[in-house]
Amino acid sequence: MSNDRTAIGIAAAVNSGNVTSTSVLEEHLARIAERENEVHAFNLVTSTQARERALEIDAQIAKGENVGPLAGVPIALKDNMCTRGVPTTCSSKILEGWKPPYNATVVDRLYAAGAVFVGKTNLDEFAMGSSTENSAFGPTRNPLDTSRVPGGSSGGSAAAVAAGFAAVSLGSDTGGSIRQPAALCGVVGVKPTYGLVSRYGLVAFASSLDQIGPFATTVADAALLTEIIAGHDPMDSTSIPQKAPSLLSVLDRGVEGLRIGRVTDLPEGADADVLEKLDAAFLALEKVGATIVDVTLPSLSFALTAYYLIAPAEASSNLARYDGVRYGARVAENDINTMYANTRAKGFGDEVKRRIMLGTYALSAGYYDAYYGKALKVRRLISNDFADAYTKVDVILTPTSPTVAFPFGSKTDNPLAMYLCDIFTIPTNLAGHPAMSVPFGTGQANMPVGVQVMAPTLGEEVMFRVAASLERAS
Amino acid sequence: MSDRLSAAVVAKVARLARLNISEAEVERYTKQLDGMLDHFADIDGLNLADVEPMTQAFPLANVFRADVEQPCLDREEVLAMAPAAEQGRFRVPPSGGSDE
Amino acid sequence: MIDNGLPEGWELVVGLEVHVELATKTKLFSGSPNRFGDEPNTNIDPVTLGLPGALPVLNQHAVELAMRIGLALNCTVQPSTFHRKNYFYPDLPKAYQITQYDQPLNIDGFLLLRGGVRVGIERAHMEEDTGKSTHFGGTGGRIHGSDYSLIDFNRAGVPLVEIVSRPDVRTSEQARQYVNELRGILVAIGASDAKMEEGSMRCDANVSVRKYGDPLGTRCEIKNVNSVRSIGRAIDYEARRQIDLLETGGSIRQETRHWDETDGRTHTLRTKEDADDYRYFLEPDLVPLAPDAEWVERVRAALPVLPAARRTKLAELTGADVDGEAVAVVVERSQDEYVQTVASLGGDAGRALVWVQQAFAEEGEQPRLPASDLAALTILERDGKITATQAKTVLIDMLDSGGGDPAAIAAAKGFEALDTSVIEKFVDDGIAAQPDAWAKYCGGEEKALGSLVGTIMKLSKGKADGKVVTAILQERRGI
Repeated sequence: MSNDRTAIGIAAAVNSGNVTSTSVLEEHLARIAERENEVHAFNLVTSTQARERALEIDAQIAKGENVGPLAGVPIALKDNMCTRGVPTTCSSKILEGWKPPYNATVVDRLYAAGAVFVGKTNLDEFAMGSSTENSAFGPTRNPLDTSRVPGGSSGGSAAAVAAGFAAVSLGSDTGGSIRQPAALCGVVGVKPTYGLVSRYGLVAFASSLDQIGPFATTVADAALLTEIIAGHDPMDSTSIPQKAPSLLSVLDRGVEGLRIGRVTDLPEGADADVLEKLDAAFLALEKVGATIVDVTLPSLSFALTAYYLIAPAEASSNLARYDGVRYGARVAENDINTMYANTRAKGFGDEVKRRIMLGTYALSAGYYDAYYGKALKVRRLISNDFADAYTKVDVILTPTSPTVAFPFGSKTDNPLAMYLCDIFTIPTNLAGHPAMSVPFGTGQANMPVGVQVMAPTLGEEVMFRVAASLERAS
Repeated sequence: MSDRLSAAVVAKVARLARLNISEAEVERYTKQLDGMLDHFADIDGLNLADVEPMTQAFPLANVFRADVEQPCLDREEVLAMAPAAEQGRFRVPPSGGSDE
Repeated sequence: MIDNGLPEGWELVVGLEVHVELATKTKLFSGSPNRFGDEPNTNIDPVTLGLPGALPVLNQHAVELAMRIGLALNCTVQPSTFHRKNYFYPDLPKAYQITQYDQPLNIDGFLLLRGGVRVGIERAHMEEDTGKSTHFGGTGGRIHGSDYSLIDFNRAGVPLVEIVSRPDVRTSEQARQYVNELRGILVAIGASDAKMEEGSMRCDANVSVRKYGDPLGTRCEIKNVNSVRSIGRAIDYEARRQIDLLETGGSIRQETRHWDETDGRTHTLRTKEDADDYRYFLEPDLVPLAPDAEWVERVRAALPVLPAARRTKLAELTGADVDGEAVAVVVERSQDEYVQTVASLGGDAGRALVWVQQAFAEEGEQPRLPASDLAALTILERDGKITATQAKTVLIDMLDSGGGDPAAIAAAKGFEALDTSVIEKFVDDGIAAQPDAWAKYCGGEEKALGSLVGTIMKLSKGKADGKVVTAILQERRGI
């Protein structure tokens, strides 16, 4: 029992009294103590609060109460989710030390399910990046090879699960920021349908694209987490008015009769080792009864452009509130405009500044139609392409990331090179569809490769079915 | 090369976004942003005349809350996180005149 | 050509923008209380403060009130969206205001002023209010030259409706009427308490001038107009300022100007080098607002009778001028129903209107004096049993006591209307007592009438009806 490090296994063991929440926690804290200096998955390890919570849970269990489906499960949270009284920095100097006076909805839901929070994980500053090299507090290292990046922007959350610091973790995904690090760290990562999981308390990057989702070592754990955090939230106007889907129950259904889409006009850029594993995935699914169907998504090659106009535009507005007036860092000056300009110049890193400027430009008078306005139309084209494809197939498979985890510094010279990490993940954010990455073999330098399963809006059931099959075959 | 974006425009955008960047940074960002816009020109060739912009990922409308009071934040907890506070209010340096 | 108080040939063109705070219990996008006068920063929540991670959710009652406003102004209610208006200012917590831009909730309405002047309403849209800045140090607390500001976010997020008129107003008097009429409507429909002195109704004026027949001139927006009276003064000043400038060969710069109540002038607000580009884009955290036809109809059907309709009804009932002071005042005080009740009890509606206007300023919507008592009083007058002057005395008595039998009170005071022949005798005595005044009056000096009437009234110990005395004197004069 104590060897089962999955969330499902831990919760069952804790709820049945076979193991204490405290002992599970201590195991995880020990692993953190051993390797965190090397990996730097966390901005903050909340061991004191975690221990208190574990004791509370143990007391409840001792009284014969059932604590919940995540009883005693150590969970890490990306440091862009508000946790009351616990610093939430978004890995930015401008929010260093800021303690929110409220919890994100997902935090409340996990807490109610019995989870034990072990810490806030590192990210690319304000979730802008694909390698976690943009963190103001130093990068996170890939636990499988510390000379390589864990991916981003949720690099810390991915690494925490890969290194066994937490059984599961939460990240956020705007252009691939859960799926890509999941692929690079060899874990499962899920971006749910837009609107399925509440964004209340998630520090906004790009409001029409952001979604919270889980990292886990198994598809089943990811399904459980999704069930717990999903479902309507009245505090989020974009929240879909539905209950959370039932996903654990579909995992064993297999893929017999399902149509799996292969994109024949996939944008170039994926390495050969990655494409090899994708081919293997198609074969594996065929073997267990799925049919492979060719589809085209002609507008996909324009997705990067649309994304890098829409996301920075929304971000430029979402990040304007960091002005030194009500919270966060301030550079004191004699007039307010100088205060704004110096506070933000000092508090924001390079990539954040760049995207704010790109976004401000794309929205500005005279340029709106040429940039932001056009990008919204390209978004429509992409959505139409998917709608068309999903009349022929149930899910679509692509690589998650064009490469395996790359060495530090190899893409930081040219911002555009870094943006290309997201070519396969971006389209689903634009369309609002769910997608997840499942580890499927290894590529270069023995680093893990992830296969991306995409499904139509609210297609989590079929997506998880296919993912479970892939997991069994991998 | 820099025919899409001039340093003057970048400087203006930085002012609009309240980012005090140095001249060297203006130059660097101009080059980088110009390069990006060059890449993004791939959408210029698309025929988008009859395409409706997509502004919502999931079609919802008429989402409301009832006009019922909810508990407020504790003022002290909030002001404790403020860079400068006085008399129960947030303190800031003077403006050079507003437009609102 | 209407009398706009300007030099000949000049036309005044005014458009008015009125911001109204809605009378909801909570804010537009969150559940903090919408209350005036509380301790600073006590009505706050993550959304109000623009904390990281906060999200707006639309207050349904605010939508209801916004629709009431639109329908009361004869607007079309249409599907609408919200946009972000991006700019930096310390009382704007998110550094953007959520407002409505190219698809506002209410469009294409109108408001009728007295005398049939029709002012078009372009739109009435929803948006959130900002916090409040108080400036300290520098020159007497004004913005320029101050040392620091303190910000209170209690007001941030309060629901507003911005009502934008078309530039149909042509005189400062019309502007004042527009604002008064609008205020009356807002209060009648329960949308707002519309108190300019508390800031729950704020008015900006867009003013331009032109020679009749010319195209529209450049306009200036006048802000900081805090009372109805100031609206008139500010518009008059600004119109003159613009005319003076144009007549001396200058040109009007399109700008926002600040009205200073103490020196009675408008001043340029210091302009920044780059005027703000608001970079409007659709608010991604909200979804479209499209009230269905049933909801719109319910709101329309539930609208109370509006002041204009009430004035028409009262005028018809009493025979008074629909655009006159009496009707306006009585409707404004919501005492028109009382007058109707008096009439329905057999009282004289015209007399009742006069008394209510003159004596009921402190009475409120439900006057203390029972309508039946006032009805009885007006009947005495109508039947010639007592004079108007006597009736007033009786009325004051009745008001003091909260009621009474006017006939009995009149009798107790020894009031009775005098017979005409008796009055003729008092007139004889009056003329005899003031032969010079009589001579002057016969010679055409109308002013002499006053002292003659006064003498006669005194002689009759106030019992003669002044109107009858005057009529007799006029008849005897024979001019």
